[in-house]
Amino acid sequence: MKTYILRRLLLMIPMLLGVSLLVFVLVYISPGNYLDALKAQRDIPAEFIAKKERELGLDRPWYVQYVSWLGRTVRGDFGESWSYRIPVAELLAQRAPATLALSLTSLVFAWAIAVPLGVFAAVYRNSIFDKLSALSAYAALSIPEFFLALLAVIFASQWGVFPTGGLSSIDHDYLSPVGQLWDYVHHLILPTIVLGIGGAAGLMRVMRTNMLDVIQSEYVMTARAKGVPENVIMFRHVLRNAINPLVTSLGFAFSGLLSGAVLVENVMNYPGLGQLIFQAFMRKDRDVVMAAVIIGSSMLIIGNLIADILLAWVDPRIRYDK
Amino acid sequence: MNAPATPLLQVENLKVHFPITAGLLQRRIGEVKAVDDVSFTIERGTTVGLVGESGSGKTTIGRALIRLVNPTGGTIRYNGKDITFLRESQFRPYRKKIQIIFQDPYNSLNPRLTIFKIISEALEIHFPALGLEQRRARVAELLGKVGLKPEHMDRYPHEFSGGQRQRIGIARALAVEPEFIVCDEPVSALDVSVQAQIVNLLQDLQEELGLTYLFIAHDLAVVEHISDFVLVMNQGKIVEAATAEAIYQNPQDPYTKRLLDAVPKI
Repeated sequence: MKTYILRRLLLMIPMLLGVSLLVFVLVYISPGNYLDALKAQRDIPAEFIAKKERELGLDRPWYVQYVSWLGRTVRGDFGESWSYRIPVAELLAQRAPATLALSLTSLVFAWAIAVPLGVFAAVYRNSIFDKLSALSAYAALSIPEFFLALLAVIFASQWGVFPTGGLSSIDHDYLSPVGQLWDYVHHLILPTIVLGIGGAAGLMRVMRTNMLDVIQSEYVMTARAKGVPENVIMFRHVLRNAINPLVTSLGFAFSGLLSGAVLVENVMNYPGLGQLIFQAFMRKDRDVVMAAVIIGSSMLIIGNLIADILLAWVDPRIRYDK
Repeated sequence: MNAPATPLLQVENLKVHFPITAGLLQRRIGEVKAVDDVSFTIERGTTVGLVGESGSGKTTIGRALIRLVNPTGGTIRYNGKDITFLRESQFRPYRKKIQIIFQDPYNSLNPRLTIFKIISEALEIHFPALGLEQRRARVAELLGKVGLKPEHMDRYPHEFSGGQRQRIGIARALAVEPEFIVCDEPVSALDVSVQAQIVNLLQDLQEELGLTYLFIAHDLAVVEHISDFVLVMNQGKIVEAATAEAIYQNPQDPYTKRLLDAVPKI
């Protein structure tokens, strides 16, 4: 197992090199650069822009730029954000907790709804409950997230129970520690529901289908022949065998923990990484884009590795070393 | 205890129908008569063979006997007692007496559980007084009985061959000390060389433990070898019932003749 994990981690190196090179080239060949906004202003002299270009290294060929970026990154320096004028690492660290909190709560929310609903829908197949849950799942899957986010904002502004956006209230600093915590939670509730509903609907359908598959298997019949009570059959025999695809999906969900939800964060004005990265792309703030891509790909690779390890842990048929 | 005249199992006019539904409202538009008015008896300590092609309803009979499907009509008497429409909780004592060995040794064992857990799960239910050590001893004994080693108990099903898995399936069925075992095509998924071993094992166990078998198969040669009495089934009905020799020497029904002709001769 250790050699397997080591091999997978070593494989990350060529993969990250490839991804970073691809994204770097894409940013380079897309029209314009960070200084376009300055060039558009007539009162800024051309010499100033040329000086700026030299400062940022944008006058050199792309491969020289890439190698110098790579050299810095390997030493753990993600560079400086051109638009915020602070180190990229610092910028990301400011935004990461908000995104991590939102991703985790929406993930837990989605799983907490999807697994029990999927199980019940399969156990009581073709019942009214099954049909209603299928209907709600299709409805939830059909509504685009940004639209749901808009509805949530309207709902918040009309009803007034939940804040319409942001991470905390204006008077946050004057609250007691418990009050501050509640303030964060209060702001998290609506984005969590908006983000979680779509995921829950998909997961629930997967859970139901897998349960039904396993319920029809012969070893479940064997368990019935043994006289095992029905609820024990459902948990010991069916659920444990039906959960595999969900474990795999957890690996993908892990990769999303730090990439944020661009649309929902923008519509609900939630200051997470999604919003930051989106703006960095628009402004061609290169080092922020590159750092985001590297973090996103690393999380995806590590997330998949974790999912594979989890699978080996829950399923005795899966073994990675000979 | 019982009058010697009472057969272990009496089946009278057994019917198992499955509804065919269609449309948005799942309206019932007909039914499949998987088992249609079937009667037979099985004497204690004997083996009754049940043959027929795929879809003839033989597996459904086996499953109805141990209540994996619900009968539509008729009566099933076990030891003289009517068990046809018992509720699951009332039927539970019979799960100790009536067991089943499934056709597919690959899919009938839960891949997530060790052999010990698979076999001892039934012990936990029907012999709740046994402690862990006693259960391990019992599982080791059962594995020995079917020709496996005690150290196999902590392995998982995927680590065994088809024949070994079927032995595990037999040990699992034997765990609760049953009197009657439905063998639902126990060898048809196995290699020919392994088939004979399993059939011989079943016969040895029958002698040793005084078991009664309903042996379901589509292979007439296997059924002839093991059965005292043979039932031939076609489209949900029993078309011929006679001793094994009579069926093979002198088949009466045209369907039986066709089945016999279909046996490859080497």
